[in-house]
Amino acid sequence: MKNIHVSTTVNGDELEFVCAPGETLLDSLRDRLGLKGAKEGCGTGDCGACTVEMNGEIVCSCLVLGAEAEGADLRTVEGMATGDKLHALQRIFIDEAALQCGICTPGILVAAQTLLERNPDPSESEIRYWLAGNLCRCTGYDKIVRAVQSAAAEMRGA
Amino acid sequence: MNFPAKTKRDFKVVGTRVARPDGVDKVTGRALYGADFSVPGMLVGRILRSPHAHARIRNIDASRAEALAGVKAVVTAADFGVPEDAALRDIQDNCMAREKALYHGHAVAAVAAKDAETAKAALKLIEVDYEVLPHVTDVDAAMAADAPVVQEGRADETVPEGSGPNVTMYTEFGHGDLEAGFAKADLVLERSFKTEATHQGYIEPHACLATLTGGRGELWCTTQGQYLVRELCAGILGMEASQLRVTASEIGGGFGGKTTVFIEPVALALSRKSGRPVKIVMTRSEIFCATGPTISSSMDVKIGITRDGRITAGEATLRYQGGAFPCETVSMGAQAAFAAYDLEAVRTYGWNALTNRPKEAAYRAPGAPVSIYAVESVVDELCQEFGLDPLEIRLRNAARDGTKASYGPTFDQIGLVATLEAAKAHPHYTAPLGENQGRGLSCGFWFNFGGNTCVSLNLNNDGTVGITEGNPDIGGSRASISMMAAEELGIPYDKVRTVITDTNSLGHNDVTDGSRVTFAVGLATIEAARAAIKVMCARVAKIWGIDEEAVVWEDGHAKPSGPNAGDFDPMSIEEIAAIASETGGPIAGHHEVNAEGAGVSFGVHLADVEVDPETGATKVVRYTVFQDAGKAVHPDYVEGQMQGGSVQGIGWALNEEYIYDEDGRLQNAGFLDYRIPVASDLPMIEPVILEIPNPGHPYGVRGVGETSIVPPLAALSNAVSRAAGIRLHELPMSPPKILKAMMSKG
Repeated sequence: MKNIHVSTTVNGDELEFVCAPGETLLDSLRDRLGLKGAKEGCGTGDCGACTVEMNGEIVCSCLVLGAEAEGADLRTVEGMATGDKLHALQRIFIDEAALQCGICTPGILVAAQTLLERNPDPSESEIRYWLAGNLCRCTGYDKIVRAVQSAAAEMRGA
Repeated sequence: MNFPAKTKRDFKVVGTRVARPDGVDKVTGRALYGADFSVPGMLVGRILRSPHAHARIRNIDASRAEALAGVKAVVTAADFGVPEDAALRDIQDNCMAREKALYHGHAVAAVAAKDAETAKAALKLIEVDYEVLPHVTDVDAAMAADAPVVQEGRADETVPEGSGPNVTMYTEFGHGDLEAGFAKADLVLERSFKTEATHQGYIEPHACLATLTGGRGELWCTTQGQYLVRELCAGILGMEASQLRVTASEIGGGFGGKTTVFIEPVALALSRKSGRPVKIVMTRSEIFCATGPTISSSMDVKIGITRDGRITAGEATLRYQGGAFPCETVSMGAQAAFAAYDLEAVRTYGWNALTNRPKEAAYRAPGAPVSIYAVESVVDELCQEFGLDPLEIRLRNAARDGTKASYGPTFDQIGLVATLEAAKAHPHYTAPLGENQGRGLSCGFWFNFGGNTCVSLNLNNDGTVGITEGNPDIGGSRASISMMAAEELGIPYDKVRTVITDTNSLGHNDVTDGSRVTFAVGLATIEAARAAIKVMCARVAKIWGIDEEAVVWEDGHAKPSGPNAGDFDPMSIEEIAAIASETGGPIAGHHEVNAEGAGVSFGVHLADVEVDPETGATKVVRYTVFQDAGKAVHPDYVEGQMQGGSVQGIGWALNEEYIYDEDGRLQNAGFLDYRIPVASDLPMIEPVILEIPNPGHPYGVRGVGETSIVPPLAALSNAVSRAAGIRLHELPMSPPKILKAMMSKG
């Protein structure tokens, strides 16, 4: 089958790429657009390292086809910072050591960003359940949950 | 090596919580991991794996695959030699089966093709003629005299005559008169345990990009040790080390599992054959089937105690399997089992048996979690029998400074008693428990390691500092290394940048393992800084026209040592750097060492669990970790090690296990069915850092990376026992097992 031409929006930029019919959105982002922030940890939607936001919903980009991005509005970790200015979540993840190896970090940041946009004041339990699809093997999640709480407080102006 | 005691030192940088240097790259998606690197003309490599647990490979016909358009190379064991060294041969045979496939998922052939689709199609065209053989995956079954033979002739000289054909080693540790010890006890308990294998579960798959043309190689890969990768790959491919340069990418977790090679020699062989760069990235199912899980075990532990809580003797027999190749992890388990106790009579025996499972790879404190789980479970049961406080009993029998350890050496300065006291004083220990809840306690121990290390420290012309080291940063070590350099030089942390270099740019460095990096690389960094300071003081002495000894270094400045040395204005590191070319040229310090004196680390964990009587599911409701860090260089990352290791141990205790079917095929090779803890499974993990300085390090640092995975197994088992009134002697304590035990108790 021939490759498919896709027009999409990634982090506010209108972009085009071609992809194979069976190609995942994750591979399209990484190999066609050079956006390597989303990672493949499992390829089966179990680890969340490939999390991106698509039309306002977080998705495992390994379970979405590249072709499905036609006309979509995508947000990835590469779009979180504004120029040199990190998003509060990014800055606080560094300040509070919420990452060790960092491989799960892009997916967790994208998921947490979506959470805080919907729910500016999540409880610890809400954060834990929202991030239950994002595996982290290094931290035991403690500092991740706390960093999300801190970022939420800062973003609320609390 | 011994350093002057500096326990009273006022640290300026060490002990603060600075931002890590690689943080911005990692939160913006810019950091490059194993799979993130590409070069023009790159091929995709894929590996064909055995569907059988044990099979003789009668023939491999790759002609149809080779004929497929877009396939550039196919390799099998025939493309490799047969290394003389047995350990290297095992590593190679694990990367590519020779004569027999020894476990489900064992690599038998590999292809390099223009793209992934073609490579996948080519794998299906390779015809392997297997003769399926009887297999064994259980350690007790593997020990038997009539077990299927995994490999012939692998018993070493320690194995007693009459042992089963799969037994590869036997070991024994201890001292004292066991019989007399048990005779003094008011109660002797003997229990048998089984634990299943677990996987390190790093989220980043193994990945590499190899180029090997004209006898020269370049390898980019995710690894805990680029020098070891070079040594193994050069050995397997028959190259000299100088001709293979290995660069470690950012690493997405390892926990010991990335301390060997799996795909790297295969990618190099494919590149050599095709003349093109070859990239291989493992799938998650390949990772579970064919990379290092830990050992599984079967153990018997016997402990005697007096009515008032003195342990009179301890004995443990450990049977481990580490897969289809000889494995010595049981030796560490046997040494660690009773390390927390001061015993007059103690003996441990360790056996390893081959099975048709993947070759064991190190996993955080290899061997110790399960043997200590068994010992700490029996100690807890003894406490229950006599109504003794489990913390008091640990304190009563704890190893102290000067204790002859159960594995031979005499402990120097150790932090076990302080750690137990901290647990006793913590509000967690006396907090009320709710319905169906129980509290468990366990000690943990790890030896820690130093090892071969090189560090170069270069003074830049503007007075800032660059450090080159050779150990992949797996959890913030670049920050710690920069901090120790800044501390020693007396300059701000942000004036130092630490990079991890390739194998060509620095001498040999041992793998990032054994909790060694902050200790050994830190030690070498401090010594490199001292060497640079010596050079700077000599330069300044020359300028001032005084003796070198009359110049001292303080807070980033060279100063006259006292009024007799002369009256000179201090010279800053910036001033010294600016005129270096006029005083003798560039200024640097370096240090090379095989570091000893790593200093053992003890930890104590308190766990509260709630067991659901309807489902048998266990929920951890409160968890506190007490651990001796010697000196916490960057407390955030010390806490991170304590928290992360604890949660891996919680997974081991409650959920994680390798499940084989009767054909010896792994049934749960994915994160859906091999369930590691997720955020919603857990409470906060409270870390309490103790600092009992290690005399073997100039700042007192001890490794902290591994001890934390040890105590959770028994802490949770002991907590479940108290919450549900049942004691399991098996891990994981999955809900069906707990429910069954609760129902049979009635």
